[in-house]
Amino acid sequence: MTIKGKAYIAGVFEHPTRHAPDKSVAQLHAEVALGALADAGLTRDDVDGYFCAGDAPGPGPASMAEYLHLTKLRHVDSTELGGASYVALAGHAAAAIALDKCNVALITLAGRPRSEGVATGTTPRLRDPNQPEAAFEFPCGLTTANGYAMCAMRHMYQYGTTSEQLAWIKVAASHHAQHNPHAMLPEVVTVADVVNSPVIADPLHRLDCCVISDGGGALVVVKPEIAKSLHWPPVRIIGAGETVKHLAGGSFDLTISGAARSGPAAFAEAGVKPADIKYVSIYDSFTITVLIQIEDLGFCEKGMGGKFVADGNLISGVGKLPFNTDGGGLCNNHPANRGGMTKVIEAVRQLRGEAHPAVQVKNCDLALAQGTGMQLGTRHCSATLIMERE
Amino acid sequence: MAVARKIPSPIVNIETEPFWKAARERRFVVPTCSTCGRAHWYPRAICPFCGGNIAWHDASGRGTIYTYSVMRRAKEPYVIAYVTLAEGPTMLTNLVECDLDALRIGQPVGVVFVETENGPPVPMFKPA
Ligand SMILES: [Zn+2]
Repeated sequence: MTIKGKAYIAGVFEHPTRHAPDKSVAQLHAEVALGALADAGLTRDDVDGYFCAGDAPGPGPASMAEYLHLTKLRHVDSTELGGASYVALAGHAAAAIALDKCNVALITLAGRPRSEGVATGTTPRLRDPNQPEAAFEFPCGLTTANGYAMCAMRHMYQYGTTSEQLAWIKVAASHHAQHNPHAMLPEVVTVADVVNSPVIADPLHRLDCCVISDGGGALVVVKPEIAKSLHWPPVRIIGAGETVKHLAGGSFDLTISGAARSGPAAFAEAGVKPADIKYVSIYDSFTITVLIQIEDLGFCEKGMGGKFVADGNLISGVGKLPFNTDGGGLCNNHPANRGGMTKVIEAVRQLRGEAHPAVQVKNCDLALAQGTGMQLGTRHCSATLIMERE
Repeated sequence: MAVARKIPSPIVNIETEPFWKAARERRFVVPTCSTCGRAHWYPRAICPFCGGNIAWHDASGRGTIYTYSVMRRAKEPYVIAYVTLAEGPTMLTNLVECDLDALRIGQPVGVVFVETENGPPVPMFKPA
């Protein structure tokens, strides 16, 4: 049993807003839902599967299903994997379609952390006092930034990775962002700009961190028969993997992410190898997040990520592994502090040949989207999705 | 440089109450399995490795820095770290009473208890 070729991504929509003080979160969900359905050439009456995650207002999928006026649902899924959710949910949608649980799956994401003024990366947050680790971790002042920073510090110690090498990841993203009229940070930056920006949490600088933005995005995943009647070149889902990586009772390696498990699972299902992939969307909450996932997915050997990403190797048209050609979370947007949705959307644009001409990868027929949600430095969820243009 | 940051009180629950009772007595205990003998972190009543029951063993309080980060974007910079205990497991903690610019991975450290806002003290580490 496999999802390979059993479902197609027929509609995508990325909200153009980066700052939405005048809209509600539910409203943003509705705008991206309608946008993705219009892109697919379908309507809400066609939707019989709804997928959302922790950003959707209300308990599970219930409130949003009502607000969106989805009246034909026969399959729902509100699996919460943090920012990786939407990469995973695309795979879940394919699985549901393969099992004939639904024909047209709608996946939505939206949020407005920028308008709500939350210092999301640098403030310790207690999410749930019943989390069993809360008593032992919350007093330590764990934030998003210093958690990821500890992974970077260990990677530098273990493999000799440098701040300059990490900076190349931001430099590559900025080269792509200059062509995106919606990008929050469209200016091209240099390695020196990154390493001379203020330190947030050693060894990560401000420019090693992603942006905080409002916005959202949506996907429509459909069964093959429906995809064939729609206007886009069909993009089919051929492999998916997901996992949780955690501290394992106090015995762990912080330089390894869940991608080391979700990646090989997706490659095995798709029947392809890292060297076959023409374009990658890699979750980029921080530069270190990208570096570790690239290694874990097998694009280079473990520990060699620093050398691999340096000298423009991630820049489209320049390097061997073009990544995040929309500018990614580092430069474009990070709606709801969750980057998985835009990772899938840009991969679909590349496969359709619809990326900006300056960053479009030639003959892009095989792409991968990788998500890492929650906290790389403690426990996180990883999801990998491989897509192919027919 | 002591920690200027106010340390939030740990939320004590019934499962880990013995740990916090020992902490109030300035004893650092590590949950250790009565069946397989392995210590683990963060503390729980059931051994994560074999499902056995645990006992609260007095630990040496010695460890080494596995990784750390100085949080510069804070009113008072502070150090978050993972420390690998002599007993085996690696735990999330803070480094205190230290030169923020002289820390290194692998450095030996020892436990100290630091007062929290209004709960039991929490274990942190300083250079040994
Ligand atoms: Zn045991």
